[in-house]
Amino acid sequence: MQIYLPIAEVSVNAFLLLGLGGIVGILSGMFGVGGGFLMTPLLFFIGIPPAVAVATEANQIVASSFSGVLAHFKRKTVDLRMGTVLLVGGLIGSALGIVVFNYLRALGQVDLLVKLCYVIFLGLIGSLMFMESLRAIRKSSKGVVTTRRKHTWIHNLPFKMKFRVSGLYISVIPPLLVGVAVGILAAIMGVGGGFIMVPAMIYLLGMPTKVVVGTSLFQIIFVTAFTTMLHATTNFTVDVVLAVLLLIGGVVGAQIGTRIGVRMKAEQLRIWLAIMVLAVCGKLAFDLLVMPTELYSIGEGGHG
Amino acid sequence: MIRLLTLCSLLVCAALPLRAEEIVVGLSRDEVAITATFDGSDILIFGAVKRDEPAPLDDLGVIVTVAGPDVPVTVRRKDRRLGIWVNTESVDIDVAPSFYAVATNKPLDQILDEKEDVNTRISTKRSIRSIGPSEMGSIHFAEALIRIREASGLYQTLPDGVWLKDDTLFRTLIALPANLTEGTYEIEIYLTRNGQIIDLYNTDIAVKKVGLERWLYNLAHENALLYGLMSLAIAIAAGWGASAIFSAFRR
Repeated sequence: MQIYLPIAEVSVNAFLLLGLGGIVGILSGMFGVGGGFLMTPLLFFIGIPPAVAVATEANQIVASSFSGVLAHFKRKTVDLRMGTVLLVGGLIGSALGIVVFNYLRALGQVDLLVKLCYVIFLGLIGSLMFMESLRAIRKSSKGVVTTRRKHTWIHNLPFKMKFRVSGLYISVIPPLLVGVAVGILAAIMGVGGGFIMVPAMIYLLGMPTKVVVGTSLFQIIFVTAFTTMLHATTNFTVDVVLAVLLLIGGVVGAQIGTRIGVRMKAEQLRIWLAIMVLAVCGKLAFDLLVMPTELYSIGEGGHG
Repeated sequence: MIRLLTLCSLLVCAALPLRAEEIVVGLSRDEVAITATFDGSDILIFGAVKRDEPAPLDDLGVIVTVAGPDVPVTVRRKDRRLGIWVNTESVDIDVAPSFYAVATNKPLDQILDEKEDVNTRISTKRSIRSIGPSEMGSIHFAEALIRIREASGLYQTLPDGVWLKDDTLFRTLIALPANLTEGTYEIEIYLTRNGQIIDLYNTDIAVKKVGLERWLYNLAHENALLYGLMSLAIAIAAGWGASAIFSAFRR
């Protein structure tokens, strides 16, 4: 069944969107990631204009993170204080990201920026994850316990604050900066940023793993909600019909995915996720590197 | 409109004795509604040539054009920079119809004089133009615009798209693709003899979003804040609903 998206102004198959939402939902349920970094490129591939894909995906992430964070609130694994600090950074970053996004949109380079960001970050995260999980598979037979570093330069910065839930007493500067960085990416790439936030919280801020996911989800809701509002009011690119179709598929898929995920080994899961991330990255990089069949493209405008 | 004026002046200048042949036209519909399940549409344009005297012996040409609203566009070209393909040069085109179809009963150059085409801008390449100085190589950009839009069905040249019977009855079917721009679509029908235009009929058809599509589009553009809040409310409700439903299942 074809459905006409009022904002994207293209006609797409509704079942294709439901299916995409479902597949990405299954994956995000299996691997515990938001799935935005997979969904947005997939939307590019099926012909949704990148500006609409990015803005709409931000809206969809609000839904999936809200659904996720409720479970974490029940288990009391959300550090509200840390979340708020990250959030302040995130909002600043998101506003910066929108400024950059709109500037490049006027120059006609926004597609390039979004795709480059994807290639770089998917490439980085994908290869790191791939190597890390290979190492983990090798180590699992030996049973080595990794030790956490106790003191780094991070602990010498000023403006210290006590984060009771995380059991940390650190400066607010690193979490603020992490927030800003993730906020910029959220605005430009249309992702929640969990795949960058989670490693940063564990390795950079030294937060205990059990509160990381809930706290990251908590702040992602607000940053993506803010991003959605900015895109909706400055670019008019949030397509609510598209968002709803993706949502339905995504929500159902996530629940199925969680059940599949429980039956698989963690290292295996991560290696599959890494391969998938690298595949998406490879496709995007290929499109940038190989001479396109049509060198010209049509944009709106006609000013100047 | 401009086209119509030039044509009128042309007719006056040529001082045709009287219009020996006239067009009578009907349309299959007077508006195209873009609904939620819109997947393209067709317009059937049909008519007849009315004459007071026997038809001349030379060939009759029938040209039907359908033009969507004019929208300025920017055409960009990619070049290889540092190994990757990046948008570099761009040309602004001031007037380009968002949709343009030319249907004829024979190839256009056989039934329409080059001069007439320059004046009336019937052929696709003449329907596009840039006001202001044309830059070097901008012809390639205009060609690219036509090529890309032809590939997506927005520009159509149909050299045998008009069915003509006994030099009197004619009909043509124009397919509108799903990615239409809203607005007034102008339909023009020309009769030609020996490459000269002898009669013109014009009408228009409205293409508009209706129902939910209309409402959402208007809300998003005129009341963006409310639209954004509504999108968020839907997202949060869906997220909350999903977690509530599935936790109920688990129990």
